Formats: sequence, C-alpha cells, structure tokens
Amino acid sequence: MKAAVLVFPGSNREGDVAQAIELVTGRKPQMVWHGDGDFEKTDLIVLPGGFSYGDYLRCGAMAAQSPVMAEVKKRAAQGVPVLAICNGFQIAAEAGLVPGVLMRNEKLKFVCGDVHLKVETSQSLFTNRYQAGQVIKVPVAHAEGNYFADAETLKRLEDRGQVAFRYCAPDGTVDGSGNPNGSIENIAGVFNDAKTVMGLMPHPENAVEPLFGGCDGKALFEGLVEALS
Amino acid sequence: MKARVHVTLKNGVLDPQGKAIGHSLNRLGFGEVGDVRQGKYIELELAETDKAKARARLDEMCRKLLANTVIENYSIELV
Amino acid sequence: MTIAVEKNPPVKLPNEPQITPQVVAEHGLAPDEYERLLRIMGRDPTMVELGIFSAMWSEHCSYKSSKVWLRKLPTQAPWVIQGPGENAGVIDIGDGQAAIFKMESHNHPSYIEPYQGAATGVGGILRDVFTMGARPIANLNALRFGEPSHPKTRHLVSGVVAGIGGYGNCMGIPTVGGETNFHAAYNGNILVNAMTVGIAPTDRIFYAAAAGVGNPLVYVGSKTGRDGIHGASMASAEFDQDSESKRPTVQVGDPFTEKLLLEACLELMATDAIVAIQDMGAAGLTSSSFEMAAKGGLGVVVELDKVPMRETGMNPYELMLSESQERMLIVLKPGREELARRIFEKWELDFAVIGRLTDTERMVLSWHGDVVGNIPIPPLVTEAPVYERPWTLTELPAALDAAQVPAPKDWNASLLALMSCPDLASKAWIWHQYDHLIMGNTAIRPQDGDAAVVRVPGGHKGLAMTSDCTPRYVQAHPETGGRQAVAEAWRNITATGARPLAVTDNMNFGNPQKPEIMGQFAGAIVGMAEACKALDFPVVSGNVSLYNETEGKPILPTPTIGAVGVIDDIGKAVGSRLTQAGLAIVLVGETKGWLGQSLYLRELCGREEGAPPPVDLAVERRNGDFVRGQIAAGRVDACHDLSDGGLLAGLAEMCIAGGTGVTVKQPAGTAIPSHAFLYGEDQGRYVIACSSGDDVLAAARAAGVPAVLLGYSGGPSLVVDGLVSLPLSAIKQAHEDWLPSYMNATE
Repeated sequence: MKAAVLVFPGSNREGDVAQAIELVTGRKPQMVWHGDGDFEKTDLIVLPGGFSYGDYLRCGAMAAQSPVMAEVKKRAAQGVPVLAICNGFQIAAEAGLVPGVLMRNEKLKFVCGDVHLKVETSQSLFTNRYQAGQVIKVPVAHAEGNYFADAETLKRLEDRGQVAFRYCAPDGTVDGSGNPNGSIENIAGVFNDAKTVMGLMPHPENAVEPLFGGCDGKALFEGLVEALS
Repeated sequence: MKARVHVTLKNGVLDPQGKAIGHSLNRLGFGEVGDVRQGKYIELELAETDKAKARARLDEMCRKLLANTVIENYSIELV
Repeated sequence: MTIAVEKNPPVKLPNEPQITPQVVAEHGLAPDEYERLLRIMGRDPTMVELGIFSAMWSEHCSYKSSKVWLRKLPTQAPWVIQGPGENAGVIDIGDGQAAIFKMESHNHPSYIEPYQGAATGVGGILRDVFTMGARPIANLNALRFGEPSHPKTRHLVSGVVAGIGGYGNCMGIPTVGGETNFHAAYNGNILVNAMTVGIAPTDRIFYAAAAGVGNPLVYVGSKTGRDGIHGASMASAEFDQDSESKRPTVQVGDPFTEKLLLEACLELMATDAIVAIQDMGAAGLTSSSFEMAAKGGLGVVVELDKVPMRETGMNPYELMLSESQERMLIVLKPGREELARRIFEKWELDFAVIGRLTDTERMVLSWHGDVVGNIPIPPLVTEAPVYERPWTLTELPAALDAAQVPAPKDWNASLLALMSCPDLASKAWIWHQYDHLIMGNTAIRPQDGDAAVVRVPGGHKGLAMTSDCTPRYVQAHPETGGRQAVAEAWRNITATGARPLAVTDNMNFGNPQKPEIMGQFAGAIVGMAEACKALDFPVVSGNVSLYNETEGKPILPTPTIGAVGVIDDIGKAVGSRLTQAGLAIVLVGETKGWLGQSLYLRELCGREEGAPPPVDLAVERRNGDFVRGQIAAGRVDACHDLSDGGLLAGLAEMCIAGGTGVTVKQPAGTAIPSHAFLYGEDQGRYVIACSSGDDVLAAARAAGVPAVLLGYSGGPSLVVDGLVSLPLSAIKQAHEDWLPSYMNATE
C-alpha cells in the first residue's frame, strides 16, 4: 500500500501517522507539501493532525483552500481513499469531503487522554479488521472535536450507516459518559457517502505500540493495508 | 474602502462559548443577561472603489473562507 | 581603563528626550551604574545606547546579583558537551546523540497576563533549545500559585495552564511532566518555570559565537512590533500597586509562527549555511546581536531600517528593545543568503539581511545612513556590574521531636485530607489540557511515574525528565533545601530505572538587596553544589529570577531543579503504578520519622516549623544505585521515591494510579510513633513493588542498604494494620476531586 501524508503549515502529527504507517506496511509514506498542486498517485491519502494555520479563523478552514486540496478533492471523487485524522478531519469537513462540522469542545478546554470508541461497522476499508460493536481504546488530543451536523444530515448519516465510531464507556455503553467533547450523538468519526473517506477525531496512530499507548489503533492501518494491497 | 464582516452562529447551533460568557456575566451581578451568542468581527481594507463590486466579492469571500455556511451566517457592511 | 571615543558621535533621534537622572532610573540603572556607562562611552549616551545598557545590565540579562554564587555550581562531567553560558546545556546521551535542555522563568509577565505570559515563556524556552539545532521532544513546567482562597488564584491557574497548553500543543511538543504547588507566599508573585528538552546529533550543534568578519547578519521570523519594550527591566523590578498598568509591556505569542520558524530553522540547519544562530528573547535584537558579537570577539553593524516592522513609525530605540516573539538572528556564511531566503519564504516567514560582522569590536547602529548608536562591546561585558551583595544565612532551626506532634485522631480522615490538599491533590485537571502523547514516544505519562520517560527518536533509549523542589524546606533552611531539591530530582529519575545525568536550575527568589534573601540564594546554591558534586549531577544550564516580591513580601525561596537522565532500554523503564496483586511491598532506606516541615505538620496540624529533613548524599547515592540496579535486573514491577506526605502518601499514590490496594504494617521493632513512620518525610527512600521480596531484601542486605518488607499488594483497599483501612475509590475520589471542584466553583 502506497500512502501520501499531506503536510500543511502547522501540521504536527504527520510524523506520528507516518511512523504508524511505516510500522504496519514496512515502507515510509510520501510526505506531500501543501503548496504542491500535484503529487504521485498513491493508494491512500492521509490528512494528519495538527494546528494547520494555527487553527486561525476556523480549524482547517484555510488548509481546505490549499493548492493541494483541489487535487485531493479530485482524487477523492474518483474513489481514492482518504483517512482524515483530527485536524485532518476538520480540513476534510471544511473541504466538503465528509459531512458536518467540528466545533469547540463543549467544556471549552483542550483535552488529551484515552477514550473508548465503539466501532459501529466493520464494513469499510478502514474498519474491516475490527468487529462491529468492538470497543477500542485510543487517545484524543483536541480543543475543537465537537462534531455537529444538522438534523437532516444527521438522519442521513445514521440511516446510511455512515457513523464510523462513537465515544463510549469502557464496557461499550454509549451514554455520553465517554464523550470528551460534547459531539452530537457521541460521534467520533464518520464516512462519506461512498465510505471511501473517513474522518475521525481520535488518534489511532498513537495506539500502535504496546509500550506507547497500547495497540488498538493498529488494526485500522492493518485494515487499510488489507483492503488496498 | 473599509469593509466590516460579522460572522455569527446560526440559530439552533449550540454555542458553549456564548453560554459561558452569559453565566460569567450573571455571576458578576448582571442578572438581566439571558442568552448570549458569540461571533466574529473581521475588518478588511479593500483596494476596490466600486461598492457593488466590493459587496459581490465580499460575499464570495464569506462563502469561500470567512464563514462556514453549514453553521454560520454572515453580514457585510461597507464603510 | 581606556575611554572609547569614536570619530563622529551618533545622531540623536527626532524628539529624543534629555537624559535626566529620572530617565536613567526609569531604565533601571543605579546612579553608579550610570557613572560606569559614562566612563565606558566617554560621552553622554543617546537614548538608544542608554536602552541597550539598561537591557544588557538588567538582572535578567547580566546576572549581576547571582553570578558570584552561580560560579560555585559544578558544571562538568565526561558527558557534558556544553555547560552554562550558551542558549541551553548539552549532554552526550550516547549513539551520537545529544540532549539539549534548559528551564526558564516567566514569572512577572505571567502574573500580569497569565495566558500570554505563560505562552511566551514556553515559546522562549523552545527557541533556546532549537536555536542549538535540537528538535524539541518534551516540555515540562513547574508552577507555583498563591493560596487557593486568594481572589486571583483561580484566574491565574486557568490562564497559565491554558497558555502553556495553547503554545505547546500548537507547536506539537508533548508536555509530559512538572509540578504545581500552592502557598500564600506566592499570592503576589506566581512562578512559571518552563523546561524544554531536545535531541540533536552531537556533531551538529549550533552555537551563538559569531565568526567571519564581513559575514551577513540575518533576521528571520515575525515582524518587529512594540511588544514588551523594557520587559527585561520589568522582570527585574518588584511589583507595586501600579503593576496592572504594566500590561502593555507583556508580549503576545504566536505558536503557529514559531512552529513554522522551528521547521524553517531545522531545514536551514541541515545545510552548511549557518555560522552562528541565536534566538531573540529578553531584550530582543539588543541581547542577541550583542552576545553573538561579544562571544565571537567581533563587532557588528546593524542597519535598523532593514528590520521587518509590524507597526509604522517605529524608531531605533523601539527596534532594539522590542521583545516581539518568534524571531531569530543568524550569521550566515557569505553567499548563502539566497539559499536561506528560499527556505524562510517557503515557510512564509520574514527574512532580512540587517547587518554584518566587523572587526571593530563595536556595536554600530545605523538608521537610514546615520549612525544612531556606537557602543564598545568588550567593556560593556567586562565591566558589567557584578555585585557581591551582603548576605545573612538562615540558621538551621531545631529538629522537631515527633512526640511534640499530635497523631491523627482519625487515621482514615487524615489520609483523605492529605491526599486532597492542594499540593498533593491530583493535577489531572491541568495535564489533560496538555497534549502529552504527540510524537508517540511517551512511555510513562504524567502521574504514572516519578519522572516522565520519553523514547529518544530513532532507537530504544529513553530520556527520563523531572522538575522538583520543596520550597518550604528551602525557606526553613536554604542549604538543606537546596541539597534536597537536587537529591529529589536525582531520585525521581533513578526511580524509573534511568541514570541521572545533568541539571538545569531555575532560581526563583525575592529581592537580593535584602541580606536575608541574598542569604537564601547563597545557602541554596551551597546545598545544590554539594549535592550536584556528590551525585555526579552537573548543572549545564539555568536561569535566575529575582525580585519576586510584592509590597515587601517575598516568595518562598524556590530553586527549581530540572533534570534529565537516560535509560538504555526504554522497555525496562518502570513507573509507580501498582497494577498487580501479590507483589511484595519493600521500603528501601532508613526511616527515623522526620516530621519537621512535613506536609502532615502543615496541612493537618497547621504548623510550619522545625528543621527540614536532612539529606545524606552518600546514603542517597548508595540507596539510589541499589534501586536502579534492581530495576535493571528486572526485579521491579513498580517503584516510587518518597517525598511529600511520606510513606503513606506514596503508597496511596501507587495504589490509586494502578487500581490495586495494599496491606502493610509498620515493621516490628521500629520504636517510632506511627504517625512519624507513616507521614515522616525522611529522605533517600523508595517503595519497590516486586514479585520476589526475598531476592530484593537479600540484595539490599548484601549492599548494606536498609530495606524492609512492609506487606503485599492486592485487594480494593489501602490497609495499614490497626490504623488505616480505606477503599481505593474513596482515596481516588478525594485525590481527584479537589482541583476540578476548586476550578469549577462559582465564587
């Protein structure tokens, strides 16, 4: 699986996700500078975490208008898989690659720590190595992870099975207790219509080694390798 | 010319910042304060002199970057 | 001494005020210091020149009150590559890698504007580290706030924590450790000490000394505005009622720009274009250009009209003294300007050639062709005031007899009270606002160990890092407190299995013109020096912050010790969480039951008295080396060094962190009152949890290290036979509730 990781001014978790990809695939992904209008064709495009453009104006708003994003939108429309993590999710939402919007955490503070996620479906490129209903532990680190979509969009997402992960309690109960940011319906990650783009706030790339955060995130990358190789 | 843009949250979108501000004001003794909504105020210096052209361009700026029309409204004022 | 006379005196700026004694005083120069200036200059200075002297001779930049004492600190070891005197300290950690680190204070600005003060403190220390070529891999911070009931405390805590997080998180550097204390002595002067550790190849470290006559002087980063003019002078002045009006002088940070600056600098450093590089911190362009030239034995011409400006109408005085953030000064090899310019333009940062090196050993400032400042460099350095201020030492108080301290009426309640007191309570509310996981290298997270342990990129080594100090001990007896601070930092690192290597010290004290305060400084230094020497733990960098007093009330003397150690295999690092039942709980080190200056005495008896616990450095070394050896032999499941709250607090921390209880009892034959045994703060002690208590005890006997079996782990409660029986859930709740409840409380 060949992967490209985009780097915007202010991105800061591109190294983490590159490390995770290298761990799972054995090869380093291509690092693509935002100013490049074009880049080599790859099996997967990754929008990493960070504070692109300082999170100024709105998180991901300016990055979504970067030269490279026009190319990303084109490829996504052609079905090239896109994994959008944290700031990447914000950029993807601003660019219209996934529905909804990420807003300020309900408690107004940055939050970093482990959360539990319920995997909603295993029927996707990204989650095929998990089981539906499985509970995984991964970290979050964000101040604007409060996912919001209007009633109509939300209904569509739920009806079409486009919710990828929900925040839950360690035993899998989705009752808001495990929600770190107030996101609507405890949504932690969503797919686009075709389930080829996934945006999520948590950081699976920081849960791929036993000594450093546990390994629950590894299966996400393994799933991608399996689906795209 | 100078342009003033106000970007505000649409009704129905939760505004935790506005809520926190309202509560703080209440605690400071301003019990008369009810709902509070926080928005953004952006001032731009434009090289354009034609008001109609400026307004059209500003509209585009708002839709493309300054406001996220999924959750925000905007209003434009030319000085 | 020679009087320097130049051919043409500088031109004065339009509307330049007359230099009166009041203007000199406003610049923070004493009359005799001004006399010195006149002798060096051989004429009256211009305002710009006065400003430069005022900045360079401020306490913050010149260390005039502390230099004579700082010289007593040991700074060398075979693994030290660069000791104090550069932007940060550098130590060799093996495999061609160096750790570069320093701690700095940003106390006064944080009191005035907590978010920006703390944020720019983090920004400043980050630059000090990456200016030497190191990519920062971890941040730590030591915070001291006033008592919780003080009206400003909540606001300050909220702002400082948000500022540290806001800057560090955006920069993408994990904030992995630190400490937070509360005490009334900090009511008018909080302390914000920020530490950064970075990694660089040992053969690619960058220094500040300029070289190469004619080489270009290049400015990169943010444009210059009017931020913080006279920040360095302000940092050296005490606060009074008018402090609020000093708000305009606080700098505003932009971590996004600094992130770009970090990447651009590292990119340029990978080429061979740089001769020397220095960040613009306190006193901005003045201190950076001056120090680079001085260290290189050269002169410099600075064309101030070429400096990128953010505001209109700025004058040379403002440009030289501005403390606008996120700026660096670089001496490039000739012909490399275009290469460098392209890199900085890619990262959308300002780039300007603003001068060049000369061989005159003078700093010449030009403004649209006119010379507006002309200062001889060596005399300003060699004749900078150095004070040997009078000092009176604090006498060692009498040791407090444990019999004079009442035992708890209700043991369970006493432990709950201690675990929920501000100093011991969980600080999770704070560090959950810091990204402590970015870079994917954090092996031991906050509150999971005595030191943070982070993997060094590119291998299996771990760096253990800590910040520690017990100010109430220093207040009681500065020499003991100084010794103890270093010893505890050394223990913190040892308890994870790492080898302690070096120290960065942040000396926070009151007004040095008061003999008792100068005596505190002197005493602390003497104690620190002894400990550093005995433990082979040299000081490689540091910072001094004086005049932390408001209306004559000084802070507790606070020599914060930041320290770094290495563990060769990060897989062998241990934390302090008790996660398994059936482990033997072994207490290493001797307990006599020292209650003087203990938290038990202060929090539960309302008394701050007695001598602080003595520190026997030979014993510290012996006990610590033993513990480290046991960890390396794979015998240790969890380890915690003991400090605030003594044995009982230490056990409680281990239990609630890991979710496993213990059942222990005071060993037979110890004639110490129970409360002294359980709450005493005797030094040089560790609690080890191990599968084979017999092996560890036998090894301790062989090594001549006192060690005793206390009991075993397991169950849902912390039990001390006959005294304490508390479910972990109760202890956890008390421990975790205090800070969030305090911060969320409506007045």
